[in-house]
Amino acid sequence: MAKSYADLLREAREQIPEVTPAAADGLRDGRGALIVDVREDEEWDAGHVPGAAHISKSYIEQRIEDAAPGRDRPIVLYCAGGVRSLFAAQTLAAMGYTDVTSMLGGFQRWKAEGREIAMPVALTSEQKIRYSRHLLMPEVGAEGQAKLLGSKVLLIGAGGLGSSAALYLAAAGVGTIGIIDFDVVDLSNLQRQVIHANDRIGERKTESARRTINALNPDVNVLLHDEMLIAANVERVIAGYDVIVDGTDTFETRYLLNDAAIALRIPVVHASVFRFEGQLTAFVPYEGPCYRCLYPTPPPPEMAPGCSVAGVLGVVPGIMGLLQANEAIKLLLGIGDSLAGRLVLFDALDASFTELRLRRDPDCPVCSDAAVAARAAGTPLAVPAFGADAPFVLGGGLGAGAVAGGGA
Amino acid sequence: MSRVWIPHVLRAAAGGIKQLELEGETVGELVRALADAHPSVGAQLFTEAGELNRFVNVYVNGQDVRYLDGLDTPVSAHDEVRLLPAMAGGRDEGMRDRDVR
Repeated sequence: MAKSYADLLREAREQIPEVTPAAADGLRDGRGALIVDVREDEEWDAGHVPGAAHISKSYIEQRIEDAAPGRDRPIVLYCAGGVRSLFAAQTLAAMGYTDVTSMLGGFQRWKAEGREIAMPVALTSEQKIRYSRHLLMPEVGAEGQAKLLGSKVLLIGAGGLGSSAALYLAAAGVGTIGIIDFDVVDLSNLQRQVIHANDRIGERKTESARRTINALNPDVNVLLHDEMLIAANVERVIAGYDVIVDGTDTFETRYLLNDAAIALRIPVVHASVFRFEGQLTAFVPYEGPCYRCLYPTPPPPEMAPGCSVAGVLGVVPGIMGLLQANEAIKLLLGIGDSLAGRLVLFDALDASFTELRLRRDPDCPVCSDAAVAARAAGTPLAVPAFGADAPFVLGGGLGAGAVAGGGA
Repeated sequence: MSRVWIPHVLRAAAGGIKQLELEGETVGELVRALADAHPSVGAQLFTEAGELNRFVNVYVNGQDVRYLDGLDTPVSAHDEVRLLPAMAGGRDEGMRDRDVR
């Protein structure tokens, strides 16, 4: 027997419970319900329920499982007036979702009741294509992409670690990438520093990195800090960045950066490399340990030779830099489990990863509660001073302060 | 016997080996056994006063011994002990590079 639209609508109403916008609002806050907007892109772009997922009705079967893997999570669907959401809800019920409702009166009624509205980020049509693989994933989506575009990441060093990190952060659409490096491109860099190029030997690394980044993604605003990171400028340089990707290898810079980033509450994604081996962790202020918790004092230089002395397999900083970019993106988006409190060791010869647990030092002179209180009182705790006599400082005027700011 | 992993940075001093099986009841005994077997590794691990240098961390099965019982942390057969000194990273600052060239 042929059915009319009215028949189908009546059947849907009989099958699917409807909730008022007020009730939907309550479900959203109270029961961890997923609100799904099933309208078309242009309707969504004109405003939507805050926190809602957007899956247009034509894609509901294909994409709902990504957004709601569990079949018993409460789901509220809405459209403009409350009809399309009823039919979409029937589909979800047929797929085995057990708690699906449709919002009465749809977004029009939500809006008429004066409820909060989120204006989606206006991605340009070019951005929608460029970032389409991100937009497809609910963990990123348009909101996450907008977050990335509005984010600022500082790379300490445009070297081996910074090269791969910068390329992928730029490709991902991190809107502002700052680079601090005072060095120039050298032929011996090109075995691993893939952001530079043969025809840029002798050029400033910052400028070379900017050219590569903007050739890949003109969305990215590249800020160049053509200077050394020193005590006098560290706070000015890092202020305003959301995440710092640390590709330094002088201990003085590392401690300097650590102390300033803790004070300004900026997470530092740290990596270091040696020959066939890399280490990676995230120093998230007050959530996990800081660099001083891990290593209160630096090693003497003979126990911490750099790549130009010890050598490094070119892919190792590339791999570690990519893992840094991964951590930075997770921190910016607030997704996944960060590496705060975990150190990952990568061994290229074994092709193995090993994880070690790190802890906050309750007596840390920089990130312990006592240290925070002391700073607030204007009397910061003493930290080990790394002056001219510090064991890691090179002699002959090549103090760590003079070379800090280069990159791995 | 517990397995002690030597980080790359110390391997040259340990004759190129990556890991070795050592006998000991505690972390301290193992590390000292390592130092006895490879004195130049020992020289980099311990201070003159015989304390472990603070730029070297020791992990038993992934846990930092500083938050267990330090060098007195007991170890049993099949435990994995890792030494991890602070690593410089991939230095390429121009000044030292130019020095080396």
